[in-house]
Amino acid sequence: MIPSAFDYVRADSVDAALAALAEHGDEAKLLAGGHSLLPLMKLRLAAPSVLVDIGRLAELSYIRDAGDHLAIGGLTRHRDLETSELLGEEAAILRHAAGQVGDPQVRHRGTIGGSIAHGDPASDLPAVLLALRATMVLQGPNGERTVPVDDFFTGFLETALDPTELLTEIRVPKVPGAGWSFQKFNRRAQDWAIVGVALVRNGTTGIGLVNMGSVPLRASAAEVALDGGAEASEAASVAADGAEPSADLNASVEFRRHLAQVLVRRAIDEAS
Amino acid sequence: MEISVQVNGTGHVTDVEPRRLLVHHIRDDIGLTGTNVGCDTSSCGACTVLVDGESVKSCTMLAVQADGREIITIEGLADGDTMHPVQQAFREHHGLQCGFCTPGMVMACVSLLAEQPDPSERDVREGLEGNLCRCTGYHNIVKAALAAASAGANR
Repeated sequence: MIPSAFDYVRADSVDAALAALAEHGDEAKLLAGGHSLLPLMKLRLAAPSVLVDIGRLAELSYIRDAGDHLAIGGLTRHRDLETSELLGEEAAILRHAAGQVGDPQVRHRGTIGGSIAHGDPASDLPAVLLALRATMVLQGPNGERTVPVDDFFTGFLETALDPTELLTEIRVPKVPGAGWSFQKFNRRAQDWAIVGVALVRNGTTGIGLVNMGSVPLRASAAEVALDGGAEASEAASVAADGAEPSADLNASVEFRRHLAQVLVRRAIDEAS
Repeated sequence: MEISVQVNGTGHVTDVEPRRLLVHHIRDDIGLTGTNVGCDTSSCGACTVLVDGESVKSCTMLAVQADGREIITIEGLADGDTMHPVQQAFREHHGLQCGFCTPGMVMACVSLLAEQPDPSERDVREGLEGNLCRCTGYHNIVKAALAAASAGANR
């Protein structure tokens, strides 16, 4: 399987990447680790005419303590997340979940920014960022803007990113000592989650759902129930409220809704 | 585009199309056919090579992304006639049946032991989850990986 032909531009700075995007518009795609984009290009489900390779921008690979939050560079690889002590201390669920993405080979190449910008509802990390109430930092031709994770995922594989923008940083609130759980249900190692749940309890509750709709979703009803003092079983029973999962080879709609409830229940129990 | 890669210690400068996959560059441009193409969809791991010391599925990396990098393939592991400890362990414990997954399995194992020199059986099973054996010969593969670790393959 060979991708369609494209022109290749290697960016040596964020500004160079932005300039290339400005020049080529929506004909261009950014290439980070390539572990979402290249498979799509090989299947010819994506055929950008220009690839702007930002994979060498070391300046965007970092995990920094920024006071009340951690600042994570968009090009930070899953491998760097799963081995970060700082992340383990301040936002342990993200370190753990990064270690559940794909397999070691994928984690050696794939990046958090690439995964988030791809906006796949079946990906692990978007749900974790929903649970953590993270903020995305986008650089564009007119400077920087920040977008809360709740406004970032706008449709199936669609995000608030403009074609001329680059996701440079993810800001994750520090939650040292918070209760958390990441539940990934699949039938085979290495597979995408059939359904997944990311839960963080730190005063208030954040619950993100994997593969329960066309976008990464928040289990709002379950969050409200828990924060209102509901029992675990009661909160879990509304975990799929408002979700419209699809059916596929792995699971029917009904089974996905059932899984969301069971996994949220397990997550609540594990986090408390 | 002209790229320069070190493969098993030898430099190769080649003009490649940007869409050239690393695995095709290794097999067809450089002529090292030990690295196999299995599923072609980043699932099976047969195409695993080391890029700057870390396991990578070379069917999911462009050759241009490897420009300037150091690549080790299955052909680069042995020291002359002396097999790499991981190869030796696969041989001793019969960590293969048909052998198709073996180059990728060995490379993934080398990378795993570099990161975890003293893995548990569970660590090995999780560490090799990106590599599929169509013969389902996992039992001896895991045994081989653990034996290579005990032999100090990466200490």
